[in-house]
Amino acid sequence: MPLTLERRVAPSKLMMFASPVIAIILTLIAGAIILLFLGKDPANGLYVFFVEPLTQAWSLEEILVKTIPLALIAAGLTICFTANVWNIGAEGQFILGAIAGATIPVLLPDLQGPHTLPLMMMLGFMGGMFFALIPALFKVRFGANEILTSLMLVYVAELILDYFVRGPWRDPAGLNFPKTIDFNEWASMPIIGADRLNIGLYIAIAVAFILLFFMGRTFQGFGIKLAGQAPKAAKFAGFSRDKTVYLVLALSGGLAGLAGIIEVAGPINQLRPAISPGYGFTAIIVAFLGRLNPVGALIAAFILSITYIGAENAQIFLKITNKITSVFQGILLFFVLACDTLIYYRLRLKARMNEVRS
Amino acid sequence: MLTVRGITKTFGTLVANDAVNLTIGTGEIHALLGENGAGKSTLVKMLYGALAPNSGEINWQDSPVQITSPAYARKLGIGMVFQHFSLFDALNVAENVALALPKDQSLKEVSRNLSKISREYGLPLDPTAQIADLSVGERQRVEIVRCLLADPKLIIMDEPTSVLTPQEAETLFVTLEKLRDEGRSILYISHKLDEVRALCDTATILRHGKVVAHCDPRETSKAELARLMVGTSVADVKTSTKQQTEAETVLAAKNLSLPTDSQFGTALHNISFSLKAGTIGAIAGIAGNGQNELFSALTGEASLGEASSLEIFGKPSGQTDVNQRRKMGLAFVAEERLGHGAAPNMSMSENVLLTRATISEELRSIFGLKRSSADKIREEICDDFDVRRGSKNPPAGSLSGGNLQKFVIGRELGSKPKIIVINQPTWGVDAGAARHIRQTLIDSAEAGMAVLIISQDLDEIFEVADEIAVLHEGSLSPFVQAATVTRESLGLLMGGEGFEQSNTGVQHATHA
Amino acid sequence: MSVDIIFAIAVTIMTAATPLLIAAIGELVVERSGVLNLGVEGMMIIGAIAGFAGAQLMGSATAGILFAVGAGMLLSAFFALLVLVMAANQVATGLSITLLGLGLSGLIGNAYIGLPGLKLPKMDIPGLTDLPLIGNLLFGHDILVYASFALAFGVSWFLFKTRSGLILRAVGDNHSSAHAIGYPVLLVRFLAILFGGACAGLAGAYLSLSYTTQWIEGMSAGRGWIALALVVFASWRPMRAIAGAYLFGSVLILQFHAQALGIKVPTQLLSALPYIATILVLILISRNRRLIQSNTPACLGLPFVADK
Repeated sequence: MPLTLERRVAPSKLMMFASPVIAIILTLIAGAIILLFLGKDPANGLYVFFVEPLTQAWSLEEILVKTIPLALIAAGLTICFTANVWNIGAEGQFILGAIAGATIPVLLPDLQGPHTLPLMMMLGFMGGMFFALIPALFKVRFGANEILTSLMLVYVAELILDYFVRGPWRDPAGLNFPKTIDFNEWASMPIIGADRLNIGLYIAIAVAFILLFFMGRTFQGFGIKLAGQAPKAAKFAGFSRDKTVYLVLALSGGLAGLAGIIEVAGPINQLRPAISPGYGFTAIIVAFLGRLNPVGALIAAFILSITYIGAENAQIFLKITNKITSVFQGILLFFVLACDTLIYYRLRLKARMNEVRS
Repeated sequence: MLTVRGITKTFGTLVANDAVNLTIGTGEIHALLGENGAGKSTLVKMLYGALAPNSGEINWQDSPVQITSPAYARKLGIGMVFQHFSLFDALNVAENVALALPKDQSLKEVSRNLSKISREYGLPLDPTAQIADLSVGERQRVEIVRCLLADPKLIIMDEPTSVLTPQEAETLFVTLEKLRDEGRSILYISHKLDEVRALCDTATILRHGKVVAHCDPRETSKAELARLMVGTSVADVKTSTKQQTEAETVLAAKNLSLPTDSQFGTALHNISFSLKAGTIGAIAGIAGNGQNELFSALTGEASLGEASSLEIFGKPSGQTDVNQRRKMGLAFVAEERLGHGAAPNMSMSENVLLTRATISEELRSIFGLKRSSADKIREEICDDFDVRRGSKNPPAGSLSGGNLQKFVIGRELGSKPKIIVINQPTWGVDAGAARHIRQTLIDSAEAGMAVLIISQDLDEIFEVADEIAVLHEGSLSPFVQAATVTRESLGLLMGGEGFEQSNTGVQHATHA
Repeated sequence: MSVDIIFAIAVTIMTAATPLLIAAIGELVVERSGVLNLGVEGMMIIGAIAGFAGAQLMGSATAGILFAVGAGMLLSAFFALLVLVMAANQVATGLSITLLGLGLSGLIGNAYIGLPGLKLPKMDIPGLTDLPLIGNLLFGHDILVYASFALAFGVSWFLFKTRSGLILRAVGDNHSSAHAIGYPVLLVRFLAILFGGACAGLAGAYLSLSYTTQWIEGMSAGRGWIALALVVFASWRPMRAIAGAYLFGSVLILQFHAQALGIKVPTQLLSALPYIATILVLILISRNRRLIQSNTPACLGLPFVADK
């Protein structure tokens, strides 16, 4: 093998910051190649995709609208992944949070007042939390792999939502469309932008900094880091593995649920069969691009939401299907992971001195 | 048989082997002596084709060779018995052996040959047994038989007796002498001077990657060999001169039992002992006889069924957790330094927090953890224990074994514990650091601390312990005064003799 | 219920079980070598679109299979590059492969939505296929159904009866030891990963060339993940994977027949059955910790970096 890895004595501080940047640059190069394959001018394509969304007020606002759910979900996931617990069912927890929070405007539409929204957000958080505690329970009690169980629950969550909006919760005045009634004014997120940007942005920013403090300055946060890096050392320091699993899944599920209710009480304003373009999965990429740091994830969420708006632009101006978004996202995660290796290892080009004979 | 000339190997800036020369004659047992980190393993890996040298030449039976892979080494006639066995737990004995043999043998043939060889050399083995179910001694037999089946002319053995009782070691020596008499050569790697002087015909001594001497170990005194290995003469540990007075019992186990939670674990049966303030108790035993389980029962990482089975300062504490015990005045040092006692990728300061954050007030404030205090404690430990490091606050994983152990022990002693439990205090630690650690333990006991060490190293035990007990298959013999026991009697206990069925019943710690 | 219906159901179960079995066998080999590839779903869907597109291009469904296998292997080679050469986190890399596969398949498949596809030929044996009852059960399927069984038996033989299989298991059990006695750990793993990619691609081809002969976006619908669960269910043994695949196949089919039989439950609940069943099966099998502990390849998911 001509490429070999050589462990660094200490993790490279430079690479910690450079790796996401290098990954983004490599993704842009790969993106240009793909555009070339699709018969488009790569320079123009990349401009439409990644720069143009930043040049207009309305699209900037839309980017921020999408940043909210991505940042909230990813903030929780950074904690989860740091503990080496692989919650990949955030999409499902997002949906369950939306459903739980929506019980108030849908079932109790007369419950209106300043307490309505906080109550909905609390329910949303709890909905996502309990849904995430299912894989936690299965992992702790039965040793079932949380990757598979949390993912399977995404499909279940989508079907639960589908059942509600087509069945008991369908808007009787909705011409048989599968949707609930619109949320009343007290049950909608207050707008802070020109059009659709709501206070969820402040919540996402606050959550990111609270979690940064939690992870960096509290013993419990330290224990979560330990649990991920050296599980036996975590136990030696007095942290129970089971409690850590419950804690990180509850937290990340809760935040995904919160994102869910903010999304349906915000831009969507009702429940529909599809309320997310895969935020729960994109947030996984956000978490890694943000170097598993809650504030890093906030920045990464902004970058990733550019790709959503960019894809809409590309669809209109370049006649490219918006499927290209998930291609770019997949490639980005791929490169982020590759570059992260360089934090701990040096890559050496090396011809093997001898051939292996056997 | 084998000559090595000017072989050099570097890892980055570290010169692991510096122009090493070595000559092994036909039919001789050649000792390769050196401290941990002297470069023995690196040299051996190059002879076995697992590492490629940067420069130098190897001559095998008078012709130059490039040993490019272990398979090629085996083809030449070089076999190796590893220290940390390179066996596959999930496979059976025959499969393990077959993996190291040339392709053209069926499993049946392998099994047949294996049984034949194991009879011939007195190394009984069942070809269908799963490795995971074998004892450490049996595993070593698999390694040796696997090596012998390839009919090697040179056998490299890396610290083979480190996992054996003195009696098992004797049996091994008989086998080795038989192999020598057949005209095979053996490269015997060790740092145990007594056995090298008893067994080996010639010796090469490595220090800091360089050969410092070739000699005849039988003609060289033990002190001289030690001086050559370490560079300076290591002072003997000053043993305590205190008189045994009626001190208070601080730690006591009463019929402590612990079922094992893993397939490969050892359950503990009715363990009883008591330890007084100011004494050093040592628990001897071969690896895998319940040492780790006993350690986790004492730390609280494993919760005991009955609170009364462990008493700390007379209080039933079997169900307290590790931090509660730390607050009561206990400290613990784990065998596995990286990954258990310390987190390898975390900085030294963060590793201070690992065990100290709950007990040291100065590490906490209303704004969370105080990292500046952790830095201060880190510097204190490094000064007191002479911990050498590459930068001010490097990851724990970058420290050498000896420095890391000094750091970890310094961290634990820094909390001024009244009782300290240490699993393998100086395993894999260089002589200088080992001496420092042992002296610190003796001094701490002198000052009134109760010290319990769990160790597989009899030299270490005899050097520091006041009282000794033996752990065998999860049962503990009574503690006896160190002055009254011999290596031989301990060896028998370590091999399981004297552990009758009735003995797993109630055992009271006795103090002669 | 008449015997005819039971046999008809048995045949449909077979069509549902085949892709699961093929993908699971591939992943089983990968995991036996000590690598966890969570990209099965992505490699499967890329196999589905490549198979469909290949068949369109070449005008032959059988040629489509080759495209599917090639696409699966290509994607798995990217995975191998990251986890073997770069020693990257296997869980995260597998996820990136799944995301990438789902995205790429959508991008490529955009042009094929709604096109009528080609179907793999049935292997009819005159006389035998016409036998009453068992004729349809045993004969007259397409080649992939038989291939799935051949794969399971072949892999079982390979793992437990050949020296190469022994080496593969050894690498998965203890990569340091395997390296120490001179086996090329990364090469063994690379080949295993490619095999896994080929199988996942093949399973995808079955979906778009036999199960439904059209391209539907996201048509793998979690089957790749179910295949991963199947490997655990099978406790890393190919023969048990056959049983598992048919069990899951039955659950997948149950939803259609339950509706036909007029069982009154929300359709969403029926659709959720395979996923719920997967979770339940995982719980049941994982409860037996000894079984899992003694069968899980000890190096599963751990990166290997040799010191040179």
